[in-house]
Amino acid sequence: MMSEIAIRVEDLGKRYRIGGPKEAYGTLRDSLVSLAKVPLRAVQRGRANGHREFWALRDVSFEVKRGEVLGVIGRNGAGKSTLLKILSRITEPTTGYAEIRGRVGSLLEVGTGFHPELTGRENIYLNGAILGMKKAEIDRAFDEIVEFAEIEKFLDTPVKRYSSGMYMRLAFSIAAHLEPEILIVDEVLAVGDATFQKKCLGKMGDVAKQGRTVLFVSHNMAAVQRLCTKCMLLADGSVQVQGDVHHVVHDYVDGTRSTIRSSYQLIESSQLGGKAFLEHAAVVNSKGKVTDSVLFGEPFAVRMIWQNLCDIPGLSYAIRIFDMHDRLITAVNSIDTSLSIASRGKYVVECRVNHNMFPPGDYRISIGGYIRPHSSIHVVDNCIVLSISKMAYSKDYQYNISGDPAVAVLGHWSIHS
Amino acid sequence: MRVETELTRKRLAGPGGTDGDRGTSGQEGVPPLLIKPTRGWAALNLRDLWHYRELLYFMTWRDVKVRYKQTAIGAAWAVLQPFLTMVVFSVIFGRLAKVPSDGVPYPVFSFSALLPWTFFATAITQAGTSLVTNINLVSKVYFPRLIVPTAGVLVGIVDFAVAFVVLFGMMLFYGIVPGIAVLTLPLFVLLAFMTALGISLWLSALNVKYRDIRYTIPFLTQFWLFVTPVAYPSSMIPEQWRLLYGLNPMAGVVEGFRWALLGSERAPGGMILVSAAVVVVLFVGGLFYFRRMEREFADVI
Repeated sequence: MMSEIAIRVEDLGKRYRIGGPKEAYGTLRDSLVSLAKVPLRAVQRGRANGHREFWALRDVSFEVKRGEVLGVIGRNGAGKSTLLKILSRITEPTTGYAEIRGRVGSLLEVGTGFHPELTGRENIYLNGAILGMKKAEIDRAFDEIVEFAEIEKFLDTPVKRYSSGMYMRLAFSIAAHLEPEILIVDEVLAVGDATFQKKCLGKMGDVAKQGRTVLFVSHNMAAVQRLCTKCMLLADGSVQVQGDVHHVVHDYVDGTRSTIRSSYQLIESSQLGGKAFLEHAAVVNSKGKVTDSVLFGEPFAVRMIWQNLCDIPGLSYAIRIFDMHDRLITAVNSIDTSLSIASRGKYVVECRVNHNMFPPGDYRISIGGYIRPHSSIHVVDNCIVLSISKMAYSKDYQYNISGDPAVAVLGHWSIHS
Repeated sequence: MRVETELTRKRLAGPGGTDGDRGTSGQEGVPPLLIKPTRGWAALNLRDLWHYRELLYFMTWRDVKVRYKQTAIGAAWAVLQPFLTMVVFSVIFGRLAKVPSDGVPYPVFSFSALLPWTFFATAITQAGTSLVTNINLVSKVYFPRLIVPTAGVLVGIVDFAVAFVVLFGMMLFYGIVPGIAVLTLPLFVLLAFMTALGISLWLSALNVKYRDIRYTIPFLTQFWLFVTPVAYPSSMIPEQWRLLYGLNPMAGVVEGFRWALLGSERAPGGMILVSAAVVVVLFVGGLFYFRRMEREFADVI
């Protein structure tokens, strides 16, 4: 019976340290700053262990049987990627262990290690080797890879001249022909056009049908429901529920709905340590009243209160609206307009949406303040909810569309003879 | 205090043992791969390295191919750099400063040292930052990280081989015939390789955490050139300091090259032994330091 199990994970945990040496530097200026900080840092480290600890993953245990397709879902930051990184041996766990029976192929990103200067043919060999294939295996699969990717004509063209579609197709095609016993996939299907996504999903389905084990991380609930035989929901680094796919997906969608409130109030600003922070946020309807439910087609606004602790040149705001399947529906950035408040003080910032084309349903709004292009000042993911009711903004109009339209508009009908 | 609990790969064949012998029938009795935290010093895991040997080949091949893409004169750069340096050295140090050259024509004297030196300098420049240049690989795929700096150093060998042809041409021109000592040349090439890799292991692992290294390397190579007998013979160093001088491993490498190729009268024995010992320490220390830091690479990079 033991050999039935492909992956067994026991009490797996991963701790990161925030602050201290984990600061990411990359630019010359940052490096000089960090260079200057080196002696300082040494002193700090000596004085007190000032690192804050953060468990990206804690006490995670599960089993995957051979031939099962396990979907892993959860919000951003729930620990999904960390789990995959540990199982792919890219990073080590801090506690616990994982036992893996069979050859692992992991696809955390399609096209890892592609070199733009090399031709398609050369990249097939290079990328194949990086993914752990032997030259003999690549030789054998070569024609199939080229055929699946549909790039015969461009085989000897450097990939930097490829269209992004060709690039993605080639990258996925190589990975798809890896033929591992256990396939670990992270959201690679989020890219490419619809036809290609369909093709990829089809290929993944084939892989599963051949009795191989698949671990599939995705935000695409439809794909999870279609492909997976089991599902696991991660939240804050631990397993929330696991088991039947539909149950878990349901829990997730429900959970997202109930955990966020209709208005946001910052509780403790002292630990943020930033230059500015979002103090309050809420949705206001067309009458200017704070609400959590807006009529279908009704203009609304997101009202925020921002506190700038100092002058921040280049400060801009962004609002991102997601549906309950974690799909980004729209994003609005103040940087696209002439709006700017850079000086110190407290401000009410309002973003009006005059043309509300959101289909009735629930949405999550994330709000952030940035200094473009790199640094975020204060970002609150899943800050508030917005729900669009089926009742329409204009009288004698009732929204009755079934299915899942991308946008919904109020049609103004008239009949003439 | 070596605790060998690193990812203990007990499987008979690595992932995807060579051919079709990994069918389901082979599953029974194949012990699983265990992923768990490691503590202390990690073992080398040579089996894993061996399994990924083809990747080493492909990474080197990639860097060689890409190196001179979109350059007008291509691989001629490999020759041009040491050659032009040699010309400048010959004029400044040979002609003007009258630096002695152990009875060998100064151009050959300096070029025979510039060969291993250029190899060393480009290798540590490339390989020292290699982990960070390959950041997308390190943070997205598993493979033995040792492959990255090793490939970086191997690329330099190709340039080295190209430039070597020029040295032979020069020796022909000056009518210098190497003696029996030339048979020891591979040993010195190996020593140069180990020096470059040893240093690169340290630098690349450190560079992951401290990007300062990137800015240190140009300074380091410049400084190192002055303390290495490239432009001058090590015979200028007072006898009693020679052994100490050998602590610079490149001094041993360069003198070894000269002795093997140009047949200076006597073998520079003691100094080279000191250099070789330093290289071994650097190399083995580098390997273990690298392995120890390796587990954090993906988190810190």
